[in-house]
Amino acid sequence: MKIAVCVKQIPDPATPYELDAESHLVVRPQDQVLDDTDRYGVEVGLQLAEANEGTVTLFSMSPSGSLQGIRQALAMGADKAVLIDDQALRGSAALTTARVLAAAIEREGFDLVIAGTESTDGYTGVVPQQIAEILDVPALSFARRVEAGDGKVTIERQTATGYDVVESPLPAVLAVTAGSVEPRYPTFKGIMQAKQKPIDNLTAGDLGFGDDDVGIAGSGQSITAVAPIAGRQAGEIIEDDGEAHLRIVALLEETKVI
Amino acid sequence: MAILVFSEETDGHASASALELTSKAAQLGEVTVFHVGEGSADALAELGAHGATSVHHMDPGDGLPAPTAAAAIADLVGGDAPAAVLFGMGNTDRDVAGRLSARLGRPVLAAAVDLSIDPVRVTSEILGGTHQIITEATDQPPALVIARPKAFAADDTGGPAPSTTAVAAPDVGRSGSAVVVERHVEEQEGPDLEAANVVVSGGRGLGGPDNWHLVEELAAELDGAVGATRAVVDAGWVPYSLQVGQTGKTVKPTVYIATGISGAMQHMVGMKDSGTIIAINKDADAPIFGIADLGVVGDVQQIVPKLIEALKARS
Repeated sequence: MKIAVCVKQIPDPATPYELDAESHLVVRPQDQVLDDTDRYGVEVGLQLAEANEGTVTLFSMSPSGSLQGIRQALAMGADKAVLIDDQALRGSAALTTARVLAAAIEREGFDLVIAGTESTDGYTGVVPQQIAEILDVPALSFARRVEAGDGKVTIERQTATGYDVVESPLPAVLAVTAGSVEPRYPTFKGIMQAKQKPIDNLTAGDLGFGDDDVGIAGSGQSITAVAPIAGRQAGEIIEDDGEAHLRIVALLEETKVI
Repeated sequence: MAILVFSEETDGHASASALELTSKAAQLGEVTVFHVGEGSADALAELGAHGATSVHHMDPGDGLPAPTAAAAIADLVGGDAPAAVLFGMGNTDRDVAGRLSARLGRPVLAAAVDLSIDPVRVTSEILGGTHQIITEATDQPPALVIARPKAFAADDTGGPAPSTTAVAAPDVGRSGSAVVVERHVEEQEGPDLEAANVVVSGGRGLGGPDNWHLVEELAAELDGAVGATRAVVDAGWVPYSLQVGQTGKTVKPTVYIATGISGAMQHMVGMKDSGTIIAINKDADAPIFGIADLGVVGDVQQIVPKLIEALKARS
């Protein structure tokens, strides 16, 4: 089974994000990390590969020159990576990301494409569905439990009121939630091996995209204004001395909910 | 200006987001709804009452609705394109928006909290609600927009039942070959999370699912609803229907009590507009304290039981 796992490198979420004053894009440092939500996709990929004599290839688009996050996913056990790292991709819309990833995945061939439900640093949350439409395959999204084999994949899909069991033939795209599996930690051996694993570097041009198709020019949208929102201010902060619950009761009384 | 709104039926009703978006769209132009589901009379009447003049209804049967719905919408907007197609944040909404985006070659303008048309401009909150961004659609119509829950008020203006056209699910080949084989409803007790006056939410800091009863008991004592972070939903402690945040529910109760919640950006987006925020967390540096009116640094497992006892003693 050929398994493609989409991963994203993002600025460390523990540090405050900065916006570039001119482009309004998030400033991306050299040392980006693997998006935590992608560790679940990698883990699902590895488990399905182990059960189905499969291979796991990572696919990532990143206009930053960063490799740290890709190495993290390779250290978990993925076999190799295809990285589309190209300055021309800066400012690309989610649809461009999906087109570029789909083109790279199609070039390698696939039975199953796995992605996280949404990235931590973005907010669109539609890339897996866009990839599915471009590749003309079913999209099994919001999956919280996954089984695959015998040419089909079965998931539990989160719904507003519970969950549905959904079945699909392969090939397919799978978007997993973080509840699907417990991701493994890389072993020392895995970390050492990751340094030797192949990373194919591609440009958007290698996949047949022109400069006007990608980046800000190809995004079909333009950011006209950005402004900080006057946020809530921190109120009173107290250390619990064994009586903090009484302070809470007093505030609840003030708000008249009790 | 024509605007198309996506709606999905659950338990005989149109989605809350569809009613909110129909109300907003009715202020901007003429509203057509693309409604997926059984097509009950109640659901159609609700859409009309909120300002929809016509509804295209498609029943996807046991197939996952997104591939056929996206194809049918693409057919609908192919000729005289509406200015925009509006979606909520529901899972099916996002599936259809993504597929339609790829089919039409249009970007998705996401996380909208405000919207204007001619040209289509969307206001979104980014970076956990710390910044506001205005994005303009520069391609040919329709612009595709995903709006945040409660960005717009649902306004029942008593409009008449809309004219309804049945749409057959188009044949989409292998894209449409995923089928729903079982449906499970996870029953919820207590007040509606999105309408409750008090919400008590729990996060990883509770230590484990065995301590979840603390959240439930505190909520019950305050006649409040129970909420959860994505982390504990993902960990399987509680169902997704309790999730508060960017990809869950947006709540604006009078009082929000966050227990064992550190305050990930994606959680705070869903609750930062609450009236009074009370946070209990052992980590003094937790971001949740940055927006709390009262922050208590301490052990949830010590404080919450005492709080429950104190509330019981009052009543």
